[in-house]
Amino acid sequence: MLEIKNLHAKINGREILKGVDLTVRAGEVHSIMGPNGSGKSTLAQVLAGRESYEVTEGEVLYRGKNLLDMSPEERACEGVFLAFQYPVEIPGVNNTYFLKAAVNAIRKYHGQEELDAMDFLALMRSKMKLLDMDEGLLNRSVNEGFSGGEKKRNEIFHMAVLQPALAILDETDSGLDIDAMKIVANGVNALRGPDRAMLVVTHYQRLLNYIVPDFVHVLVDGRIVRSGGKELALELEEQGYAGIEGEAAQLAKA
Amino acid sequence: MTETMTRNDTRALDGFLQSFKDLEAGWSKNGQGWLQPVRRAAIARLADIGFPTVHDEDWRFTSLAPIVRTAFQPAVGAAASVDAGSLAPFAFAGCDCTCLVFVNGRFAPELSTSSLLPAGVRAGSLAQTLADDRAALEPHLARHEDFQQEAFSALNTAFLTDGAFVSVPRGIVVEKPIHILYVTVPGSAAVATHPRTLVVTGDGSQVSVVEDFVSLGDGAHLSNAVTELVVGDGSVVGHYLIQRESRQAYHVSTLRGQQGRSSSLTSHTVLLGGALTRRNIHPVLAGEGGECLINGLFMANGLQHMDNYMKVEHASPHCESRQVYKGILDGKSHGVFHGRIIVHKDAQKTDAKQTNMNLLLSEDAQIDTKPQLEIYADDVKCTHGATVGQIDEEAIFYLRSRGLAEASARALLLYAFAGDMLQRMKVEPVRRHLERLVTQWVPQGNLLEGVR
Repeated sequence: MLEIKNLHAKINGREILKGVDLTVRAGEVHSIMGPNGSGKSTLAQVLAGRESYEVTEGEVLYRGKNLLDMSPEERACEGVFLAFQYPVEIPGVNNTYFLKAAVNAIRKYHGQEELDAMDFLALMRSKMKLLDMDEGLLNRSVNEGFSGGEKKRNEIFHMAVLQPALAILDETDSGLDIDAMKIVANGVNALRGPDRAMLVVTHYQRLLNYIVPDFVHVLVDGRIVRSGGKELALELEEQGYAGIEGEAAQLAKA
Repeated sequence: MTETMTRNDTRALDGFLQSFKDLEAGWSKNGQGWLQPVRRAAIARLADIGFPTVHDEDWRFTSLAPIVRTAFQPAVGAAASVDAGSLAPFAFAGCDCTCLVFVNGRFAPELSTSSLLPAGVRAGSLAQTLADDRAALEPHLARHEDFQQEAFSALNTAFLTDGAFVSVPRGIVVEKPIHILYVTVPGSAAVATHPRTLVVTGDGSQVSVVEDFVSLGDGAHLSNAVTELVVGDGSVVGHYLIQRESRQAYHVSTLRGQQGRSSSLTSHTVLLGGALTRRNIHPVLAGEGGECLINGLFMANGLQHMDNYMKVEHASPHCESRQVYKGILDGKSHGVFHGRIIVHKDAQKTDAKQTNMNLLLSEDAQIDTKPQLEIYADDVKCTHGATVGQIDEEAIFYLRSRGLAEASARALLLYAFAGDMLQRMKVEPVRRHLERLVTQWVPQGNLLEGVR
């Protein structure tokens, strides 16, 4: 589903990604772990089409198409979804209206008819239940005045409504208490399926107790330095990133 | 601002002085003789002080050059030329409210519509009331707005002839808004109108009044309006002003509120039209415990100039005032927000707050924002804040990442910025009407269909 080959990206002249290779097949959940500043969020943002990052080398194929040629909205319409690390507050834009516009933009892209108000409401209701969302949040401006946990839950709610093929979760666990994390994980797990794939970016292993990955990759200084199964996450939890960072530094020297 | 000194250009002033002489004889014949001393005092004052220049602190950011160099003709009645259908777009859908139509400053009963008003409520022509029942007007008319200091108020008072008069007796609640439509039909020469509105509300009454300025056709004209709003004790008044005149119109309008004890005045201003607009809002919180909310939205593009001047006077203790103004400026337009708060010596426990937020959509658009606090009491809470910014690119990316096209995302964010001001409007048919106007203004606002 997703093939990242030798991806290099920079922002403000500083190179952040220094040759990332990663292949994600349909049905798989991959976790990207790594210390702060290693480029995890940059990778997520580049995949979603953030224009402030400049891709200087490499390519990304998504379902066989060149992802990097697509605008952010085309990527969304093609089924790529990024759950933001810092969801943006948008005063004055009603959460429900916004989601309806998003759903219908995507349907239109695929030549489908727009959902009418009743069908849309039914869809919202079922997903709200899944994420134990307070109906009040739907009628408020997008993320405005939401607590950290509410914002993250709202991201997963958006994801549940939009049903992407490739979901990228950027530190969705940060700032969540254990109850909220379980709810978020439920929402994510409900989306897992043979036709979908997920990239779960996280600093801590904690979330991976609830969203169990098929593969874990460790990103250090803009490169994936180790890959393994879910047990790699546990190892990192015990030993921290220091050991791996040391290895990476050695690698870079050599 | 780039204009040179304009004090010496007296074409407008000379024209007005001449018009006054021409009209004076006629006025004394039609039963309005009692107003003559007031008119004379006003024209004498105008002749004395002339029009302000950018050297006057209150007019620093607004050059009146295009106005003072134009010899305006008095507007002549043109109601006969106006087809009722041409006014239909200005009506508020779903609201069979009273609509008083004035064409070139004169009441046009044949174009106006009335709905049933509660007993004792009056909504009609000021000229008619001047002729029939001047006792109802004398205690209020020209008693509050100070034409000694303000040239445009002096000008309006000198030519005071007609406009709307609304009066609500004590304890009466008027449910439907009263729509006052000031229509100008421009002619080959630039014309000036001086509509005067007087709203008097009894103790504990409630009413909403909408003043709506439109042009039918092209051609330069000046609308110089003054509204006096006399709000009784405990009375709740909503006032709306919509400025949607043509791009050749000059518009100066002043709202002067005189508020009784525990009264509440909410003023909404929406500026969309005109070449040069100056909107003055001057409430005086004269009785204890009054509150005043002043909301404004100004949206300019092209070469439009929109100047918002507030003077909020706290004259009694325990009063609260809130000013929230938002500007969206595109093209080479120029916006001004000048928010003055005056807290008098005895106005202890004043709570005054002022916010001005602006979005600049182009490199050449300009905003001048200036708070001005004058506080003579020692136990008060006054805050002010202003922001100037561009559309949040972070938010654009967020919306796009969910599938919205970039143009839709931009339209949506712009609408949201403005929409916040519309949400504050309690009269639903008016709010919906304005939502439509704002949507039409927003570049690619058609993309908002299904998004709002």
